[in-house]
Amino acid sequence: MSQPALPTQKTILERLEILADAAKYDASCASSGTSKRNSKGGKGIGSTEGMGICHAYAPDGRCISLLKILLTNQCVFDCHYCINRKSSNTRRARFTPQEVVDLTLSFYRRNYIEGLFLSSGIIKSSSHTMEQLIEVARILREEHDFRGYIHLKTIPEADPELVARAGLYADRVSINVELPTVAGLTRLAPDKSATQIEGAMTSLKDSIIEAKDARKRFRHAPKFAPAGQSTQMIVGADAATDADIVGRASTLYGNFGLRRVYYSAFSPIPDASAVLPLKRPPLMREHRLYQSDWLMRFYGYAPHEVQQAAGADGMLPLDIDPKLAWALQFRADFPVDVNRAPRERLLRVPGLGVRAVNALIVARRQRRLRLEDVGKLTVSVAKVRPFIIAEDWRPVLLTDRADLQNLIAPKKAEQLELFAS
Amino acid sequence: MTPFRTMRSAEAFRVSLAAPDDFEGWRDTARRLIQADVPPDRIVWDSPADQSTDLFAQGERRLPAPPADAPQPRASRDFLQYAKSAILHSDSKRFSLLYRLLWRLQTNPRLMDDRADADVRGIDELARQVRRDIHKMRAFVRFRVIEEPDGERYVAWFEPGHHILRSNAAFFVRRFTTMRWSILTPQGSMHWDGETLQEGPPATRADAPSGDPVEALWRKYYTSIFNPARLKVGAMLKEMPRKYWKNLPEASLIPEMIAGAQAREAGMVEAGAQDFGVLPDTLAGIAEAVQSCRRCDIGCNGTNSVMGEGADAPVLMIVGEQPGDNEEELGHPFVGPAGQLLRAHLKDAAIAIEQAYVTNAVKHFKFTLRGKRRLHQNPTAKEIDVCRWWLDGERALVRPRIVLALGASAARGLLGRTVSVQKERGVPLPLDDGSELWITTHPSYLLRLQDHGRADEEQKFANDLRCVAARVSELSH
Repeated sequence: MSQPALPTQKTILERLEILADAAKYDASCASSGTSKRNSKGGKGIGSTEGMGICHAYAPDGRCISLLKILLTNQCVFDCHYCINRKSSNTRRARFTPQEVVDLTLSFYRRNYIEGLFLSSGIIKSSSHTMEQLIEVARILREEHDFRGYIHLKTIPEADPELVARAGLYADRVSINVELPTVAGLTRLAPDKSATQIEGAMTSLKDSIIEAKDARKRFRHAPKFAPAGQSTQMIVGADAATDADIVGRASTLYGNFGLRRVYYSAFSPIPDASAVLPLKRPPLMREHRLYQSDWLMRFYGYAPHEVQQAAGADGMLPLDIDPKLAWALQFRADFPVDVNRAPRERLLRVPGLGVRAVNALIVARRQRRLRLEDVGKLTVSVAKVRPFIIAEDWRPVLLTDRADLQNLIAPKKAEQLELFAS
Repeated sequence: MTPFRTMRSAEAFRVSLAAPDDFEGWRDTARRLIQADVPPDRIVWDSPADQSTDLFAQGERRLPAPPADAPQPRASRDFLQYAKSAILHSDSKRFSLLYRLLWRLQTNPRLMDDRADADVRGIDELARQVRRDIHKMRAFVRFRVIEEPDGERYVAWFEPGHHILRSNAAFFVRRFTTMRWSILTPQGSMHWDGETLQEGPPATRADAPSGDPVEALWRKYYTSIFNPARLKVGAMLKEMPRKYWKNLPEASLIPEMIAGAQAREAGMVEAGAQDFGVLPDTLAGIAEAVQSCRRCDIGCNGTNSVMGEGADAPVLMIVGEQPGDNEEELGHPFVGPAGQLLRAHLKDAAIAIEQAYVTNAVKHFKFTLRGKRRLHQNPTAKEIDVCRWWLDGERALVRPRIVLALGASAARGLLGRTVSVQKERGVPLPLDDGSELWITTHPSYLLRLQDHGRADEEQKFANDLRCVAARVSELSH
């Protein structure tokens, strides 16, 4: 097959439209968690201050923090879920590295963005593509002394030496595992290999650890992806259950030291492949997976405990959050005494977040807490009440009532979502 | 502390701070008042920008001098931290709330730990709103560039909810150190020339530039990065409330984006609609359904479909690409020139075609008209994928143990991916139903070759068929 003709005719505006549209299926737009920097004493612009900033929100509720685009949406791969797959008849375009640099800087100067999230379709070869991505980051960092945030999507099939170079310029690097199961990957992304993806994630992890270690001993050792690595899984394009996904995510956190696993509910794409399901899974499913992810990362739940919250079919309930689902199944662990219980037990109470638990622990050093006090520190005391003991409150039989879920579960808004899909 | 309370206790004191965000002024005054043991309800606080303050409030402006031996007031570190933020709030009652807390801290030094206390929650709430306003200003300031005699200047108009301009300026200095910029607000302005930060008077929207050429790109980006298949307006409004919209160049696009979203999603689902329903459970049923299939452009070109045919329960299924000119006219697969070549080779390899099932990956004939001639055109990957539904149906009914794919299109129809025939030929690949797939070239490819090239390829083709023949005879017994 001959090389497709380069779309030289299209204006920057037209190409931006195509290449931003092609990039929107990547969920991450995070710009947080990197080292603190500013542009004082530098030749360029840019700063990062730990907490990322969302400069705009689109009507899909997603934060726009970075200029998220592809270098090109031409691709030699043919992954069924992807709008940019070789066999899709989507419009194609491509930017030069310099064009991406100019766009990033002119957006940054106007305070539209925190930085750049650059990814690409595979052109010529994986290594060639990776070189182009790195070139963008290099020009930004070296020629413009840009100190804002850079996230590079790395290509697992590229030369490991190139992937390592990406980490020297980027704050965050990521490789998408794409699908939660190997069977799903084989079926929907026939050109990709799970072994190769995991191999590349391992080498990124090693580079990150090595650079951190070096900086302990040598203050000027180069930083390597200070915001770590992340990945993304597509939810609802294959048969994987929530329990499968939770299990996979915890392995990923464990094996590769990931900062984040993003879940992206499969959404219909123009010119979809015939292999794909037509309808999207409910967005609520993605939300429940994020909640379970938080339970594992901040609430001390083990993966198998989150899996216990799922039903017999391996799916998390859509109508209630996984923390409540778990509590309803393990009622013997409740009620928890807010005046005595250790932190990890308080964190299990549905309706008590990390913030509320911290406040309770500080406040109870002052005096015995009553139900009213708990109410002031939480959003809904009605939801919390069946699961706690306070100075003036005991749930007595409430905790064990069979219709407990109906008493406390949210009634309308969230369930509409189920029917919307 | 009671000895001082008797002193002129009926009188109220009036404190005017220099600026609405004057933390140092408030702290120094509050310290003196605590030392002089003036209770919270005896003080009226005001500052220039607090319009809600009662201008005619009476009060003694001369503050009492604290006794020389008065102890230093106590304030916990987290109180000071909260106070520094809360004092920037626009609520005129903030000064008195802070003083009341400071007063209570003298007798209860750990008061700030009682998060359920009304005053503690009050200061927490003020500080939280101020922090959010600071964060939103960092997010939603939009600079527009103007040309000045000595270079570019980036100018923004912003309307903060609280008195945060001064304390937030440092962020913009850190981020845009090498740029020259100005932020104009109704409460004052800040100007940075690359080295020093200067305060200026309050401004109006008309003082700021009205546009910037890059905004067209930004607006295009904003609409393109939006995924219409996952509309969540509430989530957007929570983080980007309407009050900010008037100063965001992209926000005017929102109503249209929301209105178009559902239609766009429905359109995508419909365009991709392969709602095939239930597969017919006989080959005749599939043949009939294929004839009226209009799910891709080839199906809509008015030609007759050509269904597969062959033996009952055969070991071997042979899959070609699509019917050609002759096949379409006669209604049978592999009856044209390529079919003749195939039959000759099958005979040489001792494969009886009448004992096999022969079909195509695509069931309609795709062509372009050149004069009166219909010239064959390759089906696209999408068209093959759509037609795979029928091929899968045939396979499920015919249940061959060996499938021979002729050419890349046939291979795609069976594997769902594009393969290189030259790389994958000669070795069987497992299919998901347990049968094995052999891939070789399409005979029409052989017809297009000349001389040596053709002789070589025919040789390889014959070799592939011999391998298949061997497997067929193994599995037939």
